[in-house]
This record gives sequence, structure tokens and C-alpha cells, in this order.
Amino acid sequence: MLSMTLKRLAIALPSLVGVVIVTFVLTRALPGDPAAYFAGPAATKEAIEQIRSRLGLDRPLPLQFVRYVSDLARGDLGVSLTTGQPVAAEIRTRLPASAELTLLGLIVSMSIAVPLGILAATTPGSFIDHACRVLTTAGVSLPVFFTGLILVYVFYYLLGWAPAPLGRLDIFFSAPPQVTGFYLIDSAIAGDGAVLLASLKQLILPALTLAIFSLAPIARMTRASMLAVLASDFVRTAQASGLAPFTVIVTYAFRNAMLPVVTTLGMVFSFLLGANVLVEKVFAWPGIGSYAVEALIASDFAPVQGFVLTMAIMYVALNLLIDLLYGLIDPRVRLAA
Amino acid sequence: MNRKSSRRSFLKSTSAVAAAAALPAPAVWSPAKAQARQETILAVTEYGPNNFDIHGVGTNRPGYEVSWNCYDRLMSHAKKTLPDGSSSYDRDTFIPELAEEWNLTDTSVTFKLRKDARFHDGTAITARDVKWSFDRAVTVGGFPTFQMKAGSLEKPEQFVVVDDRTLRVDFIRKDNLTMPDLAVIVPAVYHSELVKKSATDKDPWGLEYTKTNIAGGGAYKVTRWQAGTEVVFERNEDWKSGPLPKAKRIVWRQVPSAGNRRALMERGDADISFDLPNKDFAELKQTGKVNVVTNLIGNGIGYIGMNCKNPPFNNVKVRQAVAYAIPYQKIMDAVLFGLAGPMYGGTRGHTQVAWPQPHPYTTDMARAKALMTEAGYAEGFETTLSFDLGFAVVNEPLCVLVQESLAQIGIKVTINKVPGSNWRAELLKKEMPLISNFFSGWLDYPEYFFFWCYHGQNAVFNTMSYQDKDMDALIDAARKAAAEGDTAAYQTSVKGFVDKSFAEVPRIPLFQPTLSAALQKNISGYTYWFHRQLDYRSLVKA
Repeated sequence: MLSMTLKRLAIALPSLVGVVIVTFVLTRALPGDPAAYFAGPAATKEAIEQIRSRLGLDRPLPLQFVRYVSDLARGDLGVSLTTGQPVAAEIRTRLPASAELTLLGLIVSMSIAVPLGILAATTPGSFIDHACRVLTTAGVSLPVFFTGLILVYVFYYLLGWAPAPLGRLDIFFSAPPQVTGFYLIDSAIAGDGAVLLASLKQLILPALTLAIFSLAPIARMTRASMLAVLASDFVRTAQASGLAPFTVIVTYAFRNAMLPVVTTLGMVFSFLLGANVLVEKVFAWPGIGSYAVEALIASDFAPVQGFVLTMAIMYVALNLLIDLLYGLIDPRVRLAA
Repeated sequence: MNRKSSRRSFLKSTSAVAAAAALPAPAVWSPAKAQARQETILAVTEYGPNNFDIHGVGTNRPGYEVSWNCYDRLMSHAKKTLPDGSSSYDRDTFIPELAEEWNLTDTSVTFKLRKDARFHDGTAITARDVKWSFDRAVTVGGFPTFQMKAGSLEKPEQFVVVDDRTLRVDFIRKDNLTMPDLAVIVPAVYHSELVKKSATDKDPWGLEYTKTNIAGGGAYKVTRWQAGTEVVFERNEDWKSGPLPKAKRIVWRQVPSAGNRRALMERGDADISFDLPNKDFAELKQTGKVNVVTNLIGNGIGYIGMNCKNPPFNNVKVRQAVAYAIPYQKIMDAVLFGLAGPMYGGTRGHTQVAWPQPHPYTTDMARAKALMTEAGYAEGFETTLSFDLGFAVVNEPLCVLVQESLAQIGIKVTINKVPGSNWRAELLKKEMPLISNFFSGWLDYPEYFFFWCYHGQNAVFNTMSYQDKDMDALIDAARKAAAEGDTAAYQTSVKGFVDKSFAEVPRIPLFQPTLSAALQKNISGYTYWFHRQLDYRSLVKA
């Protein structure tokens, strides 16, 4: 297990180096001119040059790169010009916000999609199967910002059940002392029930929005993989042996169908984490996606580089985690390794 | 056994976690919430500050708002009530802020500071702090230095400390804009000793420190800031430079979605929202759930600019033809929803000594076509119309309307959407043939606008590269007459350059934009300011 982990990490290193180089070059190749942007509306050519040299952008690219890498080695991701904060600190506070939302969204999605997929697979062509198809198609074809706005409109504006879409907490609560950065966990650790409830309330609508969007891949994958397993010999044998249908489906079939589902889950999670920009915009969520997009609009290099690097590291870690999970779910994978 | 059990236990534990997550949390209520709500004003806007210091590199507009409320200036403006009942700053009346009185002569102005004024940390504010702050503004470069220069405040030698409480500003030339320029946001007074402690060789003016810390003595202090999310202000209870503000606490949240800002207003959860699209303001006005205050932006104009350096727009007839082919009324109705001042359809020969004012062009396709023929472009030509995507809500429909309309006189327009980050760089190149843009000057004087937008010095705001010796002479004459108080000469020159700008139309003014604010019915005291940000000091929550 340990040697496999180390081997996988070693393989990941070259891709991380590649990511560092590519993001550096790409951000420089963007059409925007940060010096002109930050010189303000009234800038003359001289003022812009002044700013350019102050930002160190007048130096040759290789020199800028050396400086960037040496800063990176010290854990310094630079300072964002749009928010004026160190990028590393911003990512530290924003990544948990995105991760908490995404994880919750994924849990909600899983708890709907997996049973739905199993039901659809056990009774193909039935009413449930069609319902599953319609629901997932609808979910994936509605853009997230649209679903988000509709949910806000109905549950906040019309019914008044949901709290105001004002980010992670209502304005009269302050954030719990940071341990994990996940408000649900941190407020539970601090024993602050009011904050726990408040942050859960804020989470429900955005998590639901994400869940609706990610239903499709999980439900479809569960269904397809279950269909394949249900058609296999050992399931027929189990059925022939007179085992209860529940035992056959859950204990025998589902466990064997889990591998592709877990792979999909990993993909959906990493994809959601980066792609929930729109949800973050709709719910004023201080997450990492909206941070990166705002930086990109202002051609603010440091946060974009920091964001891509963080995401690359997350992907590597996530893939590693999934590989390790494979081993736990299916001993054959572990033995083969 | 070992392998098997680890798999089993893993599968079991995941389902246990899922079950635990589904448990509902207990309900707890906060009794102090209502009280806190009463003392707090919640403002929601799209963007928040990136820097608390207006002297900083690339400080954005929301950053100006922080500076305005947390720092004091020597003087401020009085307020006046406009004909529609809304409140506005009064351009012509200065009131004491940090200075309790001043003595203006032809060569200098001497300010006497308040005895009791203190910075947030309790240190007394002295004339040395004021001088250090002004020195900083004229030296750091970039926007603050530029703005100071607009009022002929250029060199540190101009600021003289007479004694602890007295500061003299010497004039390098007589300039009507010097006094107004001392009351804009830039000449804020900083706690020099505090900032100096954080200054380094690379950063001699301590810009890094003031970026995230308030080193002033203004009416509000920043108590919490999460960039891109919220800023929380508390009232400075020891503020002496004016009547103590009514609102104890201001929470400023960033809500990126305009739809949600509107929903927050309509549900009564937010107290003030500023930057909604005109369409939302127009609809909010009709439903009447919240108060909407709309003010024309002083010295501001949305316009179509034409590059006078290159053909075909170097031909004045082509420019006039375009001016006759713009669908002015449609733009007013469909793009701005009526929330703007019309800048077209004025009467020829009735030029006022004022700016902005309507030009004599109206939509007249027959005349436009005739002018195109006269200019030798009867068959038309192709060109590109560029706009800043950062202001797409107005720009995009506007440009499409212009495109449709120009097609009727044979001008085939391709629309070029420039990303916000690139817009200024593109403007500086001055190569775009046709642009839709907006300019507003803080100092509300016609000659100020023309100096930046039409003068042959070719500042970045002269986006048309318009060069004309007679125009320069008229603008310079107006500035000189204003400084010398020669009213007759001033009026002639202003009328002269306004007429000339209409006759030669290097830029076609389309509309004077408005600034709207949506306020809950229990919020009063909102005032329009030249900087177009909120002044918390006057806000009252009933």
C-alpha cells in the first residue's frame, strides 16, 4: 500500500512541474494587460509603465519565472491584485468553502442517484427507469445558474423558507474558530448549535443545485454498471440458490458494481469543485471558483496560477485516493498492483 | 480475515457517516438579533474593495468608498436638496471637516485644524500629518498624483507646516480647481507616524500597510474584512470632524448576482443596493416596495467616439452623418429604460454655459445619407465598433442598435467586444475606429471635461485623438478666465468649445447616465456624491 502510494506520487511530480510551467506561460499569453488595468481609469502611458515596473512585469519572462518558482518553493503564491490579499491565504479560506459545498452536494446527489440507478437497473424499461432517465436528463441539461436562480426565486423570494443567499453565514453570525475550514464541522467542534444550524441553512440551496446537476453521471453510471453485473453468472447463481432479492442486489451485485461508480464520483467531485463557479456566483459563496474567474477577468496572474496549481494537486490527491479505495472495495485490484 | 474485515468495515463505516450526516441539527435562536439588526445597515453590491487606500496601486471604486468613510479630508461639501427632493453634495459650498477654518488668498490657502481631532488610535492629528499625506499623494505616482495635478497640486514644496495646527498650501498657478480638488477623496489625512513604521526602502510611503489597515481618523473603522465577501464597519465614537453618524454598524456584503441583490431588497433583507441594472431599478420604481433614488451623474457622458486620425472618420461629414444616424430615442427606451438624461435634440444656437447639455442632432436618416454622399461615401464602408465587456449590460444592446442603424446608411459595422482587462490598453493605443464608452469627471466643470476629452494634449480620455488648435485655445482660455474670475470671457469660451464640439462631433454624446440606489423605506439620508459611492455618515435607519 505504502509503496504504491509513493510510486503514484512520484508519477504525479512531472505533471505538477508541467502545470507550473504551462500556467505561467498561459497567464502571460492572455490578452489582458494587468498594468493598464490596475493603473486606473486616468492613467497615462508613463503611469502604466510605472505600475508595470512596480509589479515586476517589465522584467524578461525567464527572470519572472525564476522569481515565481523561488517564491513557490517558499510556499508563497504571490499577492492578488484584485483583492489585495496573499493568494495562499485566500485559497486557504476559500477552498474549504468550495469543498464543503461540493461535498455536501455530492452526498445529496449520491443519496438520490445511487438508489435511483439501482432501482432503474433492476427494473429496466419500467416507470422508475423512465423517471430516472427524465430526471437525470433534465438535471444535466439545466444550467446550474438557472437551477440556482429558480431555487432562490421559489424558496427564498416566493416562499421565504430559505435564508437570504448571502454566502456561508447570515450577517449576524460570525464564523466559528477555524479548524478544518468547514463551517459545519468547525461549529460542531466549537459546540455552537446556532452557527451550525445557520450554516447548514445557507448550504441547503446551493448544495441542492449542485446535486441536481451531478445526478446524471452518477445515476447513469450506477444503472449501467448494475445492468452489467446483474446479467453476470454469479448473480444468476445467487438467484438460483434462492437468496432474497435484496441480498442479491445489494450484497452481491451492488458491491461488484461499485468500482465504476467510485471512479465517476471522483471525476464528478473534482469537476464540480472547479465548475461550481456559477453556483458560487448565484449564492454569493466565497469559494475558489469565483475567485479564479474574477482574477482571470482582471488578468490578475497570481490567483489564476495559484488556483490551477491547487486544482492540479487536488486532482492528483483525489486520483490517489480513488486508487486506494479500489483496493478496499475490490481485493483483485490490490492483488494485481 | 484481515483483508476481508477491512473491506467490510470500510463499507460499513461509510454508510454510518452518511446516516450521521442526515441527522437534523437542533434549533437555537438568538434573542439579540433584532436589536443588532436595528443598529446595522446592510448594503449589498457586486464588488468589494481590493485596497483601503486610494493612494494604492490599482485601488478599485469600492476601495474609494472605504477611504471616503474611514479617512477625513480638510474640507468637505455641504449638501443641497435637488428639485426632485433627493439630496446631493453641493459643488459650490465647502464645509469644514478636519480644518475648522481656512483663509483663501490669491497665492495660497491656510487651513487651521480642529483642536480635538484624533486618529483612531487616539493620537492627535497635526499639520505634519496633513503635509505628509499631501506629499505622499503628489509623489506616489499613478491615480492620486494625477488627481492632485488636476487641481495644480504638484510639488511637496507647496505644502507648508506653519505650526502644529496650521498648514498652508501655496499655489503654483492660479487655478479654479485647486479648492475643489482639496475636497475629493485623494487628499485624505493619514497617521504619518503609524504608516512610517511600516515603510521600507522599497515602499517608502507604506502603501502595503494602508492597503489592509486604516491609518486615519474618519467616522468609521473597519472591524472585519474578508476580501470579495464582506467588509464590516463600526462607528468611530470619538469622531469630531462632523456630527456623529447615526448608523452604528455597516455591513457591506458582496452579492455577485444582480437578481439576488434585487430579491434581497424586495424581501427586505438588505437595506441598500447600489449597482443594479437599469431595468431592475425601473421595475423596482414601479412596484414601489422600496425607495429608488436616481441622480444624474455630474459631468458624465456615454458616447460614441470616432477616431479622427484615420479615414473615414477624419472626415467631419462622415462624423456628422453618423451623428444623424444614431437611434437616440431607442437607446434611451430599450437600453437605459429611461434612467438617463437625453443628450440629443438640443436647439441650434441656444448653447448654454453648462455641461453636459444636449447637442442639436436627432435621428434623421435622410440627412445622414446626404452627408455620406457629400463625403464621397455614397456606397458606404466597413468598420468596427468596440466596447468594454465589463459594461456589457448597457454597451451590448446599445452597440447592436447602433449597428442596425448605421447599416441603413451603408456603414457595415462589426462589433468587437473587448474584455475589461484589455479595454484600457486598447484605449491607450487609440486605434479603434469606433467605440462606445463612458467618461465622468469628479470635478464638475465644463472646462475640466473638455481639457481631458477634447484637448490636443491628447490625454487617454481624448479617445478620438481629436486635435484642433482653435479648440485648445478655447479650452485654455476658459481655464484662464475661470482662474481669474473673468465671467464674460469664461462664458464665451465655454459656449465656443461646446459649439465646436457639436459642429465637428469627434464624439457623439448619447446620454448622461444616472446613479440609482434602492433603499428600504426606513432608510433615509442617502446623498449623491461626485465619487458615486455611499457616504455612511448621513444614513439613518428608523
